[in-house]
Amino acid sequence: MTRQMLDTVGVAEATPDEKQPYAELGLAEDEYARIRQILGRRPTQSELAMYSIMWSEHCSYKSSRVHLRQFGEKNPKTPRLLAGIGENAGVVAIDEHLAVTFKVESHNHPSFVEPKQGAATGVGGIIRDIIAMGARPIAVMDSLRFGELSHPDTARVLPGVVEGVGHYGNCVGLPNIGGETFFDPCYQGNPLVNALSVGVLPRERLQSMQASGVGNVVILLGAKTGRDGIGGVSVLASATFSDEDDSDSRPSVQVGDPFTEKLLIEACLELFDSGLVEGIQDLGGAGLTCALSETAAAGDGGMHVDLERVPLRATGMEPHDILASESQERMLAIVAPANVEQVLARARRWGLLATAIGEVTDSGRLVIDYHGQAVVDVPPASLADEGPVYHRPIAEPNDLGLIAVDRAETLPRPSTDEEIRRTVLDMAASPNLCDKSWITEQYDSSVFGNTVLGTPHDAGMVRLDERTGVGIAIALDGNGRYARLDPYTGSQLALAEAYRNVAVTGATPIAVTDCLNFGSPEDPHVMWQFERAVTGIADGCQKLGIPVTGGNVSFYNQTGSEAIHPTPVIGVLGVIDDVSRRIPLGLGQSGDTIALIGTTGEELSGSEWAWATHRHLGGVPPKVDLDHEMKLAELLARLAGNEQLAAAHDLSEGGLAQALVEAICNAGTGANILLPEGADPFTYLFSESTGRVLIVIPRGQELAVRSACEQRGLPITPLGVVDANTDGLHLRDHFDIPRAELEAAWKGRIAAQLGE
Amino acid sequence: MSARIGIVTFPGSLDDRDAARAVRLGGAEPVALWHDDAMLRSVDAVFLPGGFSYGDYLRCGAIARFSEVMGLVRDAAGRGMPVLGVCNGFQVLCESHLLPGALVRNAHLRYRNRPARLRVETAATAWTNAYASGAEVVFPAKHGEGRYVADEATLDRLEANGQVVFRYLDNPNGAMRDIAGVSNEAGNVVGLMPHPEHAVEALTGPSTDGLGVVASITAYLNEGAAR
Repeated sequence: MTRQMLDTVGVAEATPDEKQPYAELGLAEDEYARIRQILGRRPTQSELAMYSIMWSEHCSYKSSRVHLRQFGEKNPKTPRLLAGIGENAGVVAIDEHLAVTFKVESHNHPSFVEPKQGAATGVGGIIRDIIAMGARPIAVMDSLRFGELSHPDTARVLPGVVEGVGHYGNCVGLPNIGGETFFDPCYQGNPLVNALSVGVLPRERLQSMQASGVGNVVILLGAKTGRDGIGGVSVLASATFSDEDDSDSRPSVQVGDPFTEKLLIEACLELFDSGLVEGIQDLGGAGLTCALSETAAAGDGGMHVDLERVPLRATGMEPHDILASESQERMLAIVAPANVEQVLARARRWGLLATAIGEVTDSGRLVIDYHGQAVVDVPPASLADEGPVYHRPIAEPNDLGLIAVDRAETLPRPSTDEEIRRTVLDMAASPNLCDKSWITEQYDSSVFGNTVLGTPHDAGMVRLDERTGVGIAIALDGNGRYARLDPYTGSQLALAEAYRNVAVTGATPIAVTDCLNFGSPEDPHVMWQFERAVTGIADGCQKLGIPVTGGNVSFYNQTGSEAIHPTPVIGVLGVIDDVSRRIPLGLGQSGDTIALIGTTGEELSGSEWAWATHRHLGGVPPKVDLDHEMKLAELLARLAGNEQLAAAHDLSEGGLAQALVEAICNAGTGANILLPEGADPFTYLFSESTGRVLIVIPRGQELAVRSACEQRGLPITPLGVVDANTDGLHLRDHFDIPRAELEAAWKGRIAAQLGE
Repeated sequence: MSARIGIVTFPGSLDDRDAARAVRLGGAEPVALWHDDAMLRSVDAVFLPGGFSYGDYLRCGAIARFSEVMGLVRDAAGRGMPVLGVCNGFQVLCESHLLPGALVRNAHLRYRNRPARLRVETAATAWTNAYASGAEVVFPAKHGEGRYVADEATLDRLEANGQVVFRYLDNPNGAMRDIAGVSNEAGNVVGLMPHPEHAVEALTGPSTDGLGVVASITAYLNEGAAR
């Protein structure tokens, strides 16, 4: 093989008519023309690679940007928000000393191609976003969606994804404090792997990605740069899978090394605490291309890099390969010349590579030399901030009317006590409602010793400060079925559920992150779903008074013309003054009162019951009442602070029946339940009316809790008592299910299905 | 003066902060030891915490064995200094031949995190004297490679000498003879897979049984000082 001549800026000027593979790299003809216009010449190979990556859907948000603006416009103003959308992750103040940063991000496409490494590097990537804000990562969560549990390919994808999430989080030393796992045939060819990380920082340690200060040195920290992930962004994340063959995309998935990431965390925190860095940025999708152009564009606008200084782990890499590589576990630090030696020494102490590769200039240009010859000379903002913006066509799907009238409320229902009893057990054993400990037992949940609540509680809770007891709670929720029926309401239902799940622990919700998983933006129906979902979230957050602080959009989750259900996944962060006052999932003591807050209507469309027993998806999703949710959250925080609740549990998929099953199985005791007079047992047990919480009131607090509900206009219905003698579910006048029978149905389904 | 317990941080150690907290809550003084420093900072005992030292590449604990600090720990243990290894620390002690046997991949081939019920088989070690022999404790177990193995003769010898320190009541990993933790012959070096340092606060752990380990070492050191 002969070595190609280096395509330098000089060569590009001399050969203006050279044919370039812009279309193969995913650039449209008008985009290519705009690049030529910006540069006043044809781009070099390296420049073309950089534009194709930075202007891809994944990096530029070109299809979503016009809609995402709503978050900025509608976000409630709060003094808590220290950094918001556009940063690596949003940062919110917890008290006068501490702040928290958190974000959820997708790694869907790589996780289908190579489940273990795809999921692992998804976790690694979101952790580096947290470090880049100056925070110590303190926990992770995962929201997973697969095809049918019984489908043969799920047996390939699920164990790999779980192993990847677990392996990376366990080895890097972060507790996994919760998440969700759903199954639906729409995710068969497009599983969703959304990973969340949260970190804590002293407020004054907040970092920026600015490359400022002419003469400051650009230092690359961490792993060597290899061929992994080249083209990952433009090829993988921005194209629909074809049905035929995925072999070409396999080498594009990156391989993670959590050990190096752990060293990066510790080394970066030492650098921050010693005040040795002026700016910091992680290398994720788009690698050096993204980190160099974003830091340069955010700072004084100029940077010079000598690309041959980048330590490589593969031979024969061309400049454009080095720029596009998505090798994991790398960070870019901007360091004053006087501090360079110290930074290199700190990195050495942790056994990390650190290499000065360039410096900040005032040229207004990002100039990259390779062995003394310029291969890139561009205005950095043209890459980072001035990518194309599309106003994609939007069209309401034609089938909406038909779907709306196809209501689940008209489906045949179980009517006898025996049929309803059977339904409780069948539902508990269904893939979406069954016990997920086969998955969550593969995750470390206790490292750091601050996990106050983890799986299976409604939200994860972590203590931030041992002295004060201040802590945070986070919940991650989505429901693609509701969003398929009505993306506006569906996204608000996900928001309301995550908000309620945080509130149920006694914490007060303060901020939101979102991961928006959709089909192809080139399909006007998908764009309609996207626009409605974003509007729903923005309106909902405005109403609830909590800002969206950041997140991620994942398009092209479709195989052929079949898109996934629109699946906005919402993460809500809450704060609690004293974690010892948290409310757990469970049943308290024998003799405590069980009650339900909220109103149960006949809302079965989009429900787990309709899907699990009839494979039905139609009608109108449950109504959302955000005023009610706010009152409920305020009540729960008050009751928690007064230690007036022994336990609480959000009602969601599967309704009251499933909430009771989970409370009983987790508490290892029994519940003696009497449904309200006149209530239809089936509807009361399986309706998915929202805004409801099952609470357990310690003896002596019944009147106080009732009056607190009444003061706020929140309906409360006594349902029964905790009863150790029952040891299971006793539904008075209807049926009994011993706990052993409940557990037999609820546990073990996933292991059995995966052949274990 | 309270006992000084050295806690080693290798690159990839993860539960070192938890170990320090447990030592503090148990009334002793945690002292940070760095893998690459050839000094034990006048500690009275050493705690090797969990994690993935040096990425656990090659074999769990195999690289940590060659670190600067482990050379000193090996010598000190030979002179009778108490050493505790938890999880990865246990693996390091086995690789260092301070403890017999080895820890291999769980029989079910997966990492598993579950509270483990254990029986304290002997109170005659530096790290378990505060428990009653036969007492039941609950510590979280979380590992992928915690299945204790040794040849039959070694296992018989361990049983005969009272060197089996902790035994699983619900074996989570296929460990031979349900062994969760062992000691050396002298009883000053103990290793176990489950994490006593994660069972020191009712708020965050499945029990507070782990405080007994710190109480044991404190009593052992005080007794030594009194002699």
